[in-house]
Amino acid sequence: MTGRRLLGGYAVLAYVFLYAPIAVVVVFAFNGGRDVLYWQGFSTKWFEVALRTPEITNALKLSVLIALGNALVACVLGTMLALALPRMRPWVRTPIDALAYMTLVTPEIVFAIAALVFFVQAGNGVGLENPLGWQTILIAHVVFNASVVALVVRARFVSMGQTLEEASYDLGAGPLSTFRQITLPRLAPAILAGGLLAFTFSFDDFITSFFVTGPESETLPIYIWGQLRFGVTPAINATAAMMLGFTLVAVVVAYLVLRRSGQEREGTALPGV
Amino acid sequence: MSAQPESARADSGLAHNRSRAGSGGPRYPGWLALPAVSWYVLFFLVPLGFIAVTSFGEVVGFSDVAYTWSLDNYRYLWDDIVGEIGLYRTIFLNTLKLSIVGTLSTLVIGFPLAYYIARYAKHKTLLLLLVIVPFWTSFLIRAYAWLIVLDPEFPVFRALGLSGFIESQDLLFTPKAIYIGVAYNYLPLMVLPLYAALERIDWSLVEAAQDLGDPPWRAFRRITLPLALPGVLAGSLLVFIPLTGEYIIPVILGGNKTFYAGNLIAQQFLESRDWPLGSALAMVVIGALTIALLVYARALGRQEQHG
Repeated sequence: MTGRRLLGGYAVLAYVFLYAPIAVVVVFAFNGGRDVLYWQGFSTKWFEVALRTPEITNALKLSVLIALGNALVACVLGTMLALALPRMRPWVRTPIDALAYMTLVTPEIVFAIAALVFFVQAGNGVGLENPLGWQTILIAHVVFNASVVALVVRARFVSMGQTLEEASYDLGAGPLSTFRQITLPRLAPAILAGGLLAFTFSFDDFITSFFVTGPESETLPIYIWGQLRFGVTPAINATAAMMLGFTLVAVVVAYLVLRRSGQEREGTALPGV
Repeated sequence: MSAQPESARADSGLAHNRSRAGSGGPRYPGWLALPAVSWYVLFFLVPLGFIAVTSFGEVVGFSDVAYTWSLDNYRYLWDDIVGEIGLYRTIFLNTLKLSIVGTLSTLVIGFPLAYYIARYAKHKTLLLLLVIVPFWTSFLIRAYAWLIVLDPEFPVFRALGLSGFIESQDLLFTPKAIYIGVAYNYLPLMVLPLYAALERIDWSLVEAAQDLGDPPWRAFRRITLPLALPGVLAGSLLVFIPLTGEYIIPVILGGNKTFYAGNLIAQQFLESRDWPLGSALAMVVIGALTIALLVYARALGRQEQHG
């Protein structure tokens, strides 16, 4: 069939479109020269430069810490929400649902400036001189990442059926031990996938972080932004290449976890879908 | 659950549980939602309330906000929008254009790809994952990649002797560069829901239509397209909504020369230090978006009634 072949060729082109620009960034991370646009031989020196630049390593550290804290809090809040929602009465559930979706669809710039105005004014109101810092980034990130986790976990929770939970209750177990022994093990892959998503979204977030950060808390995307606006060196490419590697590892882990859980039980929930 | 008889609740624990088992619902208490809901209210709804209030204020001194409860910011924007110069009108129209062009281009680029994966590909999950991976990598880095690729001095262009040609196209720091960056960065958001819809299609229906004499394009229009429509609509929303506030791409690939609602709002907070005006602009964006979504939902409901 020619239509099929044509589409196959098109798909190849589409994947080239998706990956060629990223590949260019990675290739130029290995450039020996100072300029991002002129190839001057293979070298790994920009990786060394990146890893020896304190601004980059400190920013990386801060980004990882915020992303971890965010993933943790988002997993707890999101999972609790996902467990509570399905059995709520519609008039309670609908507004909560709407609220959770709103956190995901509000244009990020609007949320970012709202959070900025809120943190500054509420902070000044309670007598804080500089209310902005890593704490405010963390708080703001949890807002939309709790919804991400809730979305992923809830899909799994609803699709897996409740017969085991029913049996556990009928045999006299309370909600807490039922959660620990039955629900948590079954939901673990979904919670992990949601947590990984929350981690990457926080790790990559620029707009919200940029607006609610203080002068002393620079995450990696904020650092990169500054470099992009005021002159790049291949050290940025090297940093980007390392971030890509990082994300790829997370994706592969998530994929393997979900595939394993998908083989054990029917139905996979692909994160992000 | 609301139909549950009152007597069952008064029964012993076991009977209580059995009556619930009939409804098939999970058994976790509703208060588990409290922490997340409090977080949403305190750090999402209240901040939105703050900018709503701030939008009625005015700047005093360098950057302090006075809460004067005046409509001045809105009046100022309204006068501009209906006025002769129409600075903000142009920016809002640019934003609308960017959102529409971005949505359509990701749809046109993404549909054949999603179609191929859903109907013909052998390793569907892997190919889908390959679409998601760029989405999971830094948005900034993906925009930066085009800063390199669109540069007239980009080595591939020089090697091909295209440098002069590209230079005459003068792509970088123009709206065209912004459109390219938008189509690239938002493509995965469009492909995912398209795939989800296309993947459910029973392709034997299409084959049957063709066997009965429909030419491929008509089978596509009469069967594939209606079945794919939910995916098209979901993908369009996922791309259109965030584009109304797009900030990064106009700054990096547009050189902050072309203004859209997103970088206009940011400017009020970063440079002009006019928080009340910035808040009013944000409220206008939210308002316009809400109206657009309501119209969209109504049109959708009407279509479902007719379909």
